Parts: sequence; C-alpha cells; structure tokens
Amino acid sequence: MIRDITLGQYYPGESIVHRLDPRIKIIATIAYIVALFIADSFIGIATAAAAVFFAIAVSRVPISFLLRGLKPIFFIIIFTFVLNLFMGSGEVLVTLFWGLKITKNGLTTAVFMAVRLILLIMGSSLLTLTTKPISLTDGIESLLRPLKIFKVPAHELAMMMTIALRFIPTLLEETDKIMKAQQARGADFESGNIFHRAKSLIPILVPLFISAFRIAQELAMAMEARCYHGGDNRTRMNGMKLAGRDFAMLVLLLLFLGIIIGERYFL
Amino acid sequence: MGIIVKNITHIYSEGLPHESVALDDVSFTIEDGQFVGIIGHTGSGKSTLLQHLNGLLKPKSGSIVIGGVDITSPDCRLRDIRKKIGLVFQYPEYQLFEETVEKDVAFGPRNLGLSEEDIALRVREALALVGLPYEEIKEKSPFELSGGQKRRVAIAGVVAMKPEVLILDEPTAGLDPKAHKDILAMAEKIHMHEHNITVLVSHNMADIARLCDKVLVMDKGKLVFSGSPQQVFSDEKRLTEIGLSLPPVAEFMHRLHDKKKSIRPDILEIEAACDEICRFLGEKG
Repeated sequence: MIRDITLGQYYPGESIVHRLDPRIKIIATIAYIVALFIADSFIGIATAAAAVFFAIAVSRVPISFLLRGLKPIFFIIIFTFVLNLFMGSGEVLVTLFWGLKITKNGLTTAVFMAVRLILLIMGSSLLTLTTKPISLTDGIESLLRPLKIFKVPAHELAMMMTIALRFIPTLLEETDKIMKAQQARGADFESGNIFHRAKSLIPILVPLFISAFRIAQELAMAMEARCYHGGDNRTRMNGMKLAGRDFAMLVLLLLFLGIIIGERYFL
Repeated sequence: MGIIVKNITHIYSEGLPHESVALDDVSFTIEDGQFVGIIGHTGSGKSTLLQHLNGLLKPKSGSIVIGGVDITSPDCRLRDIRKKIGLVFQYPEYQLFEETVEKDVAFGPRNLGLSEEDIALRVREALALVGLPYEEIKEKSPFELSGGQKRRVAIAGVVAMKPEVLILDEPTAGLDPKAHKDILAMAEKIHMHEHNITVLVSHNMADIARLCDKVLVMDKGKLVFSGSPQQVFSDEKRLTEIGLSLPPVAEFMHRLHDKKKSIRPDILEIEAACDEICRFLGEKG
C-alpha cells in the first residue's frame, strides 16, 4: 500500500522531458496548474488535457504509472465531484430526495473540477517522475535565489527539501522493517475496531520515531564531518545551463498559455 | 516438525523497471532439532528467504511446508504460523517500544492470547534464557540499557513466544567480541533448552562451523550448496568465488595442507587442529 504513492518517485529514463532543465519544468508545471484553473470551457480543458498527454507520450513514462498516483486521491476527486454536483444554480436537471437537485451548471462545474484535479495530479506527477529529487530541489533553490534580497533562506529551504525527499524511502523501509518485526511477534494491524487499530500502531510509531531521530543525528554528524556550513560560496558539480530544448519548451509553454488565455477572454 | 522448502521463487518490484529476482528456485529441508546456518554475501537473498519462512513474504511460486502445514496456501492462518516460528531480525533492538523491559518481552506472548500468569511465567523464563537478571531489569526502560542488553531483550521478546523454530538474522552484527560470544552461547543454550530448530544467519564462518549441523550457502538468490560444515567448508575455491571465506582454522589447515600433503585440511576446530598438527610433528619424530 505504501508503495503506491507515485508523487516523489523518479521513473528513470532518457527522454527529452527527463533532460529538460528542472527550472523550466517547475515553471511549466506551475504555469500548467494555473492554466488549468483559468481554462473554463471545453476547449480550454481539452487543450490542457492534450498538452499533458503529449508530454506523457514524449516522456515515455507508462500511463499506468501515472494512474497509480491517482489512486490515493481518488476519494478527494469523488468528494469534490459530488459536492460541486449539488452546489450549482440555474436550470434544474434532476431533483432528488431532501431537496437535493442537480443543475446543468452544477454538473458542468463538477465534471470540470474532477477533470482539473486529475490533470493537476498527472501534470505534477509527471514533474516528479521525470526529474530526480536532487535536480528538483536544485531547481527550486535556483528559482528562489532572487528572493534572497528579502532574506528568504533559499539554500536552507532547498537543503531541507532534499533531505526530506531523500529520507522518504529510508523511512518507508524502516517502517516496513519495524512492521515486519512486530508482525513476527504476533502483532495484528489489520483487524479490530478503530481504537484497537490505533493502539496497534504504537509498536510501530515509537521505534519509528526513535529511528528518525537517530538517522537525523547521524546525518547531521556526517554533514558536519564534511564541513557543511550552509549555502554561501557553495559550487555545484553539475551546474544548470539552459539548452536549446529548454527554449523550445518555453515557446511551447507560451503558446499553450496563449491558447488558454485567448480561449477564456477572447472567445 | 521439519521444514520442507520446495522450488520457491520471489521477485521484488515485479513488472517495474527495477525488478529483481531475490530468490530463484530454492529448495531444501530442515529436520527436527537441527541447528542450521545460512551463509551468503550481502544481497544474496538470505533475509528474503527468512521472511518467507514465517509468512511475512509470499513466494511467487513454490511451497513451504512447516510441520505438515503448507504456509503458502491461501487458507493458512498466518497467526498460527508465527506462533510456531520466531524470527529475530537484524538489529532487533530497533523494534523495542514499551515503557519497561517486562512489558516489551510480554508483547509477543500477549499477542498469542495467553493468560496473565502464563505471560509472566514466559517473560521470566525468556529473560533468564537470554541471561538477563529478571528482578533487576524488569522495571527498567529498554532504552536505558546497553546495546548488547537491548538486543537480548529483543531476542527474549521472540523467545518468550516459545517458537518451535527460532530464526536469528545476524544476531551478532555490530556487537563487541564479548557480547558476540554471549549472544551465540545464548543461542546454543536456547537451542538445547527448547529442543527447537534454530536457523542462524551469519557472516562469521567460524561461528557457523562451530555451531551448525547443516549449512546452506546462498548466492544471487540461489541455493548453491548445502551440507554439513565439513562438506561445505571443504570446497575453498567455490566459496571464495562467491565472496565467502573459510573459517580461520580451516583456512590455516588448508594452507598447511598445500605445503605438506599429509596434513588433513578438513578440520574446523582449534582443538582438532592442534591434535592434527601434533600428530604430524610426532610422525616426523
């Protein structure tokens, strides 16, 4: 179950999407998410869907991989859909019990919202699937650098994110190990009522917290031993440089935004 | 209650680009009362194999029959399996969680649904078996103990379930020589006392040679050979090829044998080696 979470998982590949500059990919993803909410007609949403499916096809990440990422938020999508369905006003299509009614307006909003959420998750999953966590945080650091004037600790934020991302698999592995060890001692996590189940988590959580603190301490020690002292004057092994494909991507992105905005305000 | 493992195969992350075959057509049998050693370099599939033995992992194909029960069949109750098979993981001290040593050791027996008196009895017995003073230690927090003591408490937690098969995955990793010796002596004592099957995974060839009746050698997910320590440690070349070595005594005897053919190389214990060298020297006059 734990392994089903796609967000933050890298799918190794050599496609042009994988090789794009992480900064460009981050900007494109943010712009894409904004565009999703600007688009409010069939043409707009269809363009956005086409764009993300095109990117997925180019990246050669199997679609099943992206769909797996949707599973955990399936419930949220359904919930939003149902909520929107009954919140609309205007022309009534069906009237249900308790005065609940589905309106034409509500139906379109609900469908659009659900599609938007699905595309949003697919778009952002594609970013994390095609970008190594380290380049992702490098990109974020680089994008945040101008904010240094306002005393935003860009490097420190990026470092924290790198560490957090780096240790997700480690902690998952640790959880898995502890769960197995307690199962071997006859612990049962699956049956019983909610209180019983919550209580059965204690044998996992206590050792997990202790491990997390131990890992943190060891990491801090290892970083200090290698003279880490923050971001000032740090150079990188792989500097980021924009290439031809990155500018091509920017042009495509502007084109896409042009269509979305044009469709919304001028059609 | 013997263990019969037949043609089990396990694949991690099947269908993903990083899938890997962890166990490849492994078969062996373990008889009642045996002390079995498993050796193999890191990543050879030892831990995966152990997790199959108490149903934490299910094989993709093949069967595991323990005491006449096929634990790979879907209608087998895993709880009953875990009652019979105690698995002590690597670094078991990281699974301690209770406020007191007594409560932590009682966790396993309590999960078995025993009565309070039985639990208290078993905790007392298990702590005695791992060589810890019950009265002195029962109210202490497991986190204030030393590394070696923590590990004993964790092992006691499994021993208290009175498993018919006790599996120890590298129980001595990261311990100092004294604690190392104590833990193994403890494993031997438990084996004698409980008349169980004990399975020991270790990288220390001398320990394996000394303690085990039977040795299984794993390499890249395959069981490459098995037999008595004498048989397994007689083939130095093959062991070296898969990244293992002989126990120091055996290696020494092999070197002597290379120089003087009349010295027997198949000796694993220091005492026997001394006798053999004396015999050789005496022969020469």
